[in-house]
Amino acid sequence: MSHIRSHIMVCTGTGCTSSDSPKLITAFEEELKLEGMDQEVRVVKTGCFGLCAMGPIVMVFPEGACYTRVTVDDVHEIVAEHIVKGRIVTRLLHMEGEAGESVTSLNETQFYKHQLRIALRNCGVINPEYIDEYIGVDGYTALERILTEKTPPQEIIDALKKSGLRGRGGAGFPTGNKWQFTYDAVSPNGVKYVCCNADEGDPGAFMDRSVLEGDPFSVIEAMTIAGYAVGSHQGYIYIRAEYPIAVKRLELAIKQAEEYGLLGDDILGSGFSFHLELRLGAGAFVCGEETALMTSIEGHRGEPRPRPPFPAVKGLFGKPTLLNNVETYANITWILNNGWEKFAAIGTEKSKGTKVFALGGKINNTGLVEVPMGTPLRTIIEDIGGGIPNGKKFKAAQTGGPSGGCIPAELIDTPIDYDSLTAIGSMMGSGGLIVMDEDNCMVDIAKFFLEFCVDESCGKCVPCRIGTKRLYDLLCKITDGKGTLEDLDTIEELCHHLKDSALCALGQSAPNPVLSTLKYFRDEYVAHVVEKRCPAGVCRNLTRYIIDPGKCKGCTLCARNCPVNAISGAVKAPHVIDQNKCIHCGLCQNNCRFDAISKA
Amino acid sequence: MPNCKTAVPYRGTPEQEERLRQVIEAHKGQPGATMPVLQAAQEIFGYLPEEVQIMVAEGLDIPLSEIYGVASFYSFFSLNPKGKYQISVCLGTACYVKGAADVLNAVEKKLNIAPGGITTDGLFSLDACRCIGACGLAPVMMINDDVYGRLTAAQVGPILDEYIKKG
Repeated sequence: MSHIRSHIMVCTGTGCTSSDSPKLITAFEEELKLEGMDQEVRVVKTGCFGLCAMGPIVMVFPEGACYTRVTVDDVHEIVAEHIVKGRIVTRLLHMEGEAGESVTSLNETQFYKHQLRIALRNCGVINPEYIDEYIGVDGYTALERILTEKTPPQEIIDALKKSGLRGRGGAGFPTGNKWQFTYDAVSPNGVKYVCCNADEGDPGAFMDRSVLEGDPFSVIEAMTIAGYAVGSHQGYIYIRAEYPIAVKRLELAIKQAEEYGLLGDDILGSGFSFHLELRLGAGAFVCGEETALMTSIEGHRGEPRPRPPFPAVKGLFGKPTLLNNVETYANITWILNNGWEKFAAIGTEKSKGTKVFALGGKINNTGLVEVPMGTPLRTIIEDIGGGIPNGKKFKAAQTGGPSGGCIPAELIDTPIDYDSLTAIGSMMGSGGLIVMDEDNCMVDIAKFFLEFCVDESCGKCVPCRIGTKRLYDLLCKITDGKGTLEDLDTIEELCHHLKDSALCALGQSAPNPVLSTLKYFRDEYVAHVVEKRCPAGVCRNLTRYIIDPGKCKGCTLCARNCPVNAISGAVKAPHVIDQNKCIHCGLCQNNCRFDAISKA
Repeated sequence: MPNCKTAVPYRGTPEQEERLRQVIEAHKGQPGATMPVLQAAQEIFGYLPEEVQIMVAEGLDIPLSEIYGVASFYSFFSLNPKGKYQISVCLGTACYVKGAADVLNAVEKKLNIAPGGITTDGLFSLDACRCIGACGLAPVMMINDDVYGRLTAAQVGPILDEYIKKG
């Protein structure tokens, strides 16, 4: 076996692939061949490192140098300097802070220092396309131990219960209890199913995708263990068709696990069999709801059904079914290998372990982060996220996507766990965390999430089908400047009706963004209604463009470009906008060379 | 409803139909076969015209109404053909707060089509999509497999002109 002295790890997650990381791999391989070093330096395709905003990311080991925004043109320099001469290319290192300090090792950065990676432990560490690499980081030791020692299923379930692991899909139901219910359920012909919910549909969330792209085997191993624990021999992974890389890696992973005898009939000669199939979603947000997901796997329109009966009793094809989220599964083998005590020691009293967040919106370090439960929002935004770009002020963060709520700036010290978030009117959700600054209008944001729910409502129950639409219409009325104060009361009333009467979580939680913005930013709603003004300057019909006579040079450029001839004025004299004609298109402001036009 | 019966005539070839028959044969009798078969059918034909839905319904022995119900429920299935260049503008949250609506507007104006539509010459079809996961590059637009990130509305025209030139 040849001796490998250096590893060049190139991220091939969706973010970095979109910024051309596959081309980097070819370039590195060619460059190494030219230098005659292709036998001693290995180029490894890995999963997500988390720092997506700075992609494509290349890490060179053993030094652990983290290069960001690497282009094909940089490849020669990295190989010639770093690999051949051992000199780190400081120009490309990840820079942090205003001083522009470059950091050699990722672990020293603010971005990583506050993180604790359990679900993402192998992302960016192994090549997700080779089972040997997963086995090399203690993969499949948990399954092997359980099958050879014939661990009683109840023992596994008890360990999960004691670990305090709660479902990472959003609602936070204790995972051990779910396993117990499915284990206890009696199936007349002995058939039970194990399903994995990988239908990650929240806009702005990509935690599950990164786990599946970076470490698919950990999910497959955990599902196999789940099959053993609850007495099931068939599993399904329901994954979005929009995640082609994750789908490809899962297919590869299932095939390799089968070849190694770690999946399929008579696993490791133990007599236990477990088969796994992929089912592709087809772009319906509601299919992330557990009963809708199962209806979809059965081959129907993805409409939810009333609970009870719960899936653990009567689920897929009418049989007892265990359904967990990707991130939940990604925690299982870690707990079984390291002991529930160690897991239970992390986090807060009622929320144990860590949570992965997809950090996005107005934040410097867009990307994927995993922090212990109970980490204050401030740490995530200011330290890990690197604060808000362009010196703007933090206004609110939205957790839980269209089902969650916003956390205003005054609550930035809230510890992030299931119960604290619910207490302030938001929810953990699956892990999308969208940061907003002073330029975002909260009414507009509420409208945006509601429009999403209107689009994605499956139409089965009236409260959701009609209620979300009516709610959306009311918000449009407000952003158009036609709202009244009574409308605000109607909105609140409608929200509560919807919460109480919708069939599934989609409809029940659809009012959350509206209610939480109304709670924390009522003054913004009132400004839209009473003063007919959008404080953030986002809602077009409430925005007025004005020309500063002091700055206007009378160049006539704005007047010539105005599509509705709303601007008048003599040459070299200050111009004026006729507010009755203005359609708020903003062309004049874009065109002005003297910065004389602003939104009022 | 943008997803109703298409006006474009059916142009399926015997080879395509044969491939579909093989897919149906392979899945027949399996529980929950509808979705995988429709996904394969869309891959073969590019979309799901009525003729294809009838073939699937008869092949799997499932009522056509149910097949149509499934095909029209999921946004991934299209009852209309797609353009040579398929444009999707991401309207996920991260892109939206960074001005994706302006980018979409610019595309609509330039090509004179709305999301879900196709240009009369069949060159471009436009979709507004949910998060494609490249939030670090927001706002993002995809044309077939090419990703354009950190976009402004002003960049849209020149990008589309390149494709128009290619034809």
